[in-house]
Amino acid sequence: MSRPIRVTMTVNGRRRHVTVPAMKRLRDVLREDLKLSGSKEGCGEGECGACSVLIDGKSVNSCLVPAAQASGARIVTIEGLARGRRLSALQRAFIELGGAQCGICTPGMLITATELLQRAKGRVPGDQEVREALAGNLCRCTGYQKIVDAVRAAARTRVSAKRAKARPRAAAARTRVSAKRSARPKTRRP
Amino acid sequence: MLTLPAFEWLRPANLDDALAHLANHAAESLVVAGGTDAVPNLKHRLHEPRWIVHLGRLDELRFVRESEGALSIGPLVTLSAIARHEGIRRDFPSLARAASLVASPQIRNMGTLGGNLCLDTRCTYYNQTYFWRDALGFCLKKDGVRCHVVPQGRRCVAAHSSDVSPVLISLDASVDISNARGSRTVPVDEFFVGDGVHNNVLVPGELVTRVTIPAASRGLRAAYQKLRPRAAIDFPMLSVAFAARVSDGGCEHARLVVSALGAKPRRIGGLDALVKGRPLDDALGEALAEAAYRQCRPLTNVAYDDAYRHEMVPVFVRRAVREAGGIA
Repeated sequence: MSRPIRVTMTVNGRRRHVTVPAMKRLRDVLREDLKLSGSKEGCGEGECGACSVLIDGKSVNSCLVPAAQASGARIVTIEGLARGRRLSALQRAFIELGGAQCGICTPGMLITATELLQRAKGRVPGDQEVREALAGNLCRCTGYQKIVDAVRAAARTRVSAKRAKARPRAAAARTRVSAKRSARPKTRRP
Repeated sequence: MLTLPAFEWLRPANLDDALAHLANHAAESLVVAGGTDAVPNLKHRLHEPRWIVHLGRLDELRFVRESEGALSIGPLVTLSAIARHEGIRRDFPSLARAASLVASPQIRNMGTLGGNLCLDTRCTYYNQTYFWRDALGFCLKKDGVRCHVVPQGRRCVAAHSSDVSPVLISLDASVDISNARGSRTVPVDEFFVGDGVHNNVLVPGELVTRVTIPAASRGLRAAYQKLRPRAAIDFPMLSVAFAARVSDGGCEHARLVVSALGAKPRRIGGLDALVKGRPLDDALGEALAEAAYRQCRPLTNVAYDDAYRHEMVPVFVRRAVREAGGIA
């Protein structure tokens, strides 16, 4: 039997230390040692994506990661998507559009979709792009269409929220430009 | 639930430390980069190492360098990074495509170029739990002496299942291999051997440290086609990589590689005489499809019908030639 090792990682923004056997799977460390039971186990072989978590911003299957490999990593689980009691736009869209059915695939779907929306940087990904991004997350309720709809709806919310934020600034910028323009002739006047 | 066996975790600080450890303990060590193939295999007790040597933090093996002479890629570059890399997509689209078709987004975020190149071979009678393999009787690839695919066979015929390797062969790529004493360079075409137990030329203590694609392969018309039950996650049950140099006078040279059938990718022979001076069109695709069909013999090594896979060889060769030729 191998000696337990000390692993330090940042989980949902908090620094955590655990002393576990090196071969303990990250999924089990999260669920058992850190009591974060949101990430599920489906197949245990890296096929179904129910155990997906973000490691350093990338969605990975936590059932394929020995604890030792996660040492020093920044991990985000489904528990880390909400800000306090306020759900993320993606989580709200899943609820509103029926993207969650039995719930087993939902944490993994949300984690992988979070990576997609971060990568899309304010663009609304197309139907096909969402399907390809979620190709490693199986839903046995076969509720895929509603999941895809929810991801795109959340992306649209983010885009319109960004535009709303950007608008006052853009307006302010225009004012500054016009102020400059009107100022310029004055300074040039001999 | 499938658990991992007990092992000790080694995280060498640099390549030299990794090679120094492997110089003495290669037989008891398993080298892991992303771990996406090694970890399921460990759960199935297909590997039972004392040490896991984790390369994931060796930043010196994570690079993509474009120069006039060649493109070189470190073995630790992830498959998603290759699939998204602008220079690779522009100059070697078939490689970017093959990387983008490996398993799932999660696996590609962890899985590396070197890991996919050195992927363990796969077989219905091998990729099973210990309990399953014990119940049927162990096979010669692991723990046993007989082959369940070829009952009288002495050689393991487990299927080579890498997506990137047939493409790298078609692009005339080579790999740098190092051990504690030095390094050597081997064309990817000669990297694999027809033995499913250990299907490449790496000897204990050696690691792949670089993959190089010559600049001369930049202008090739290339394509990769993969057959699998689902459009994601699954390993190939047949894969076809094609690359041709085409000028005004038609094809000058072509490479066609059919894989996922046996222990090593099969490079279809006699191509130069077949393609010389001909345009890259459907008629040529048909001729290449026939040649490939004659030269390939799928076995019952993976869980899909061998006759079906054989019939799909010409179909996928035609598709690859059409893709390479830009025929809509």
